[in-house]
Amino acid sequence: MSADIGWAGMAISLVLVVVAIVLSWWRRLSLERSLAWSATRALAQLLAVGAVLDLILEPGTSLGWAWLWVVGMVGVAAAVVAWRSRGVPGIVGLALAAFAAAVSVSLGVLFGLGIFELESRTLIPLAGLTIGNSMAATILVAGRVYEELRDKRDEVEARLALGQPSNDAARPYLRAALRTALVPQIEQTKAVGLVALPGAMTGLLLAGVEPLDAVRVQAAVMFLVLGAVATTTVVVGLGVTKRLFTPDHRLVALDRPAEG
Amino acid sequence: MLRCCNRLVAPTTGRVCFRGDDVAGLDPLRLRRRVGMVFQRPTPFPGTVLDNLRVATPALDGAAAIDALACAELDESFLNRPATELSGGEAQRVCLARTLVTGPEVLLLDEPTSSLDDQATHALERMVRAQADGGVPVVWVSHDAEQVRRLADHVVRVVAGRIETAPQP
Repeated sequence: MSADIGWAGMAISLVLVVVAIVLSWWRRLSLERSLAWSATRALAQLLAVGAVLDLILEPGTSLGWAWLWVVGMVGVAAAVVAWRSRGVPGIVGLALAAFAAAVSVSLGVLFGLGIFELESRTLIPLAGLTIGNSMAATILVAGRVYEELRDKRDEVEARLALGQPSNDAARPYLRAALRTALVPQIEQTKAVGLVALPGAMTGLLLAGVEPLDAVRVQAAVMFLVLGAVATTTVVVGLGVTKRLFTPDHRLVALDRPAEG
Repeated sequence: MLRCCNRLVAPTTGRVCFRGDDVAGLDPLRLRRRVGMVFQRPTPFPGTVLDNLRVATPALDGAAAIDALACAELDESFLNRPATELSGGEAQRVCLARTLVTGPEVLLLDEPTSSLDDQATHALERMVRAQADGGVPVVWVSHDAEQVRRLADHVVRVVAGRIETAPQP
């Protein structure tokens, strides 16, 4: 089987979008325009990205362009997290630091230990998986730490009043927020392959790779995602906590942050 | 105002002194153990009553924990009870015991009986009175004039943000 479906194949697959639009119209969901717009936008974005990647992945192109692409991904992801976590102090810098740390750790292990060969064709997708899969958990942990400390202010101040340093006083609430952000990823990892075949493996199988070869790549990707999510959530969780206390161990005034 | 005394809030103007020292110059963590505080609403932490006491003093042994509970008129059977399942009055007494295990030189109480029934209110008043009689200065904020008459040795009345010293009861 070939994974090259051609332009005609891609165009024919739009029939499935039409199916969704017809269902929306039939059930009066008023989502027809949204469905059409999202499909059109996704296609335009993918075509634009594909055109740029075509240049970057061309043999002979400097690896520096791929690294520049990775830096761009980190910036965009940090901007998305900052937008969705408006009102959380210092979130832009924290999100940048978190994604930079996750990319450094994950790619450092994968390329540094020779699991994948460092080239544009591996660097960009692996960095994309690292960053893309960490975003939801990072947004979640930033909001949860803020909400936990705001909603349980009485408890936190009671701990501070007993002479606990701010790190200790915040620890139960930070732990709760980190668990909330990490548990879905752990559950997803446990269920992998049982419910649905994960993305990387599906792509490889469609491209004609042997199943066991695809499994090895998928396992590495899965561990990469788990490590990346843990890294970003811990960096953001610790960073937000630190910013919500003054140096003399007082909890700052906390308002309700804007919804993303 | 009480929160300025243990540096949970920094005053925007003026200063608060404790035994002659501006509290802004004192280590806040040590200050907060010297100046204990019980809040308006009971704030039991998740875990047992003993866990709560050990938040204040991690190395607290069983005998000291039982002594602390006795100061709050709670017997040792409370030690292993989940703190968040106690009644309001019991929880506030645990909060008082938790504060007392830090060995405070002064006690601050911010309307500690406002959410309690009469029986629990009188019990807490009795316990805090015992602390004051034992030599621990107590600053008790209250909107209840009857309570002030029952308890206070000295009354400082705050009206519209200004301090007026009222006649003693």
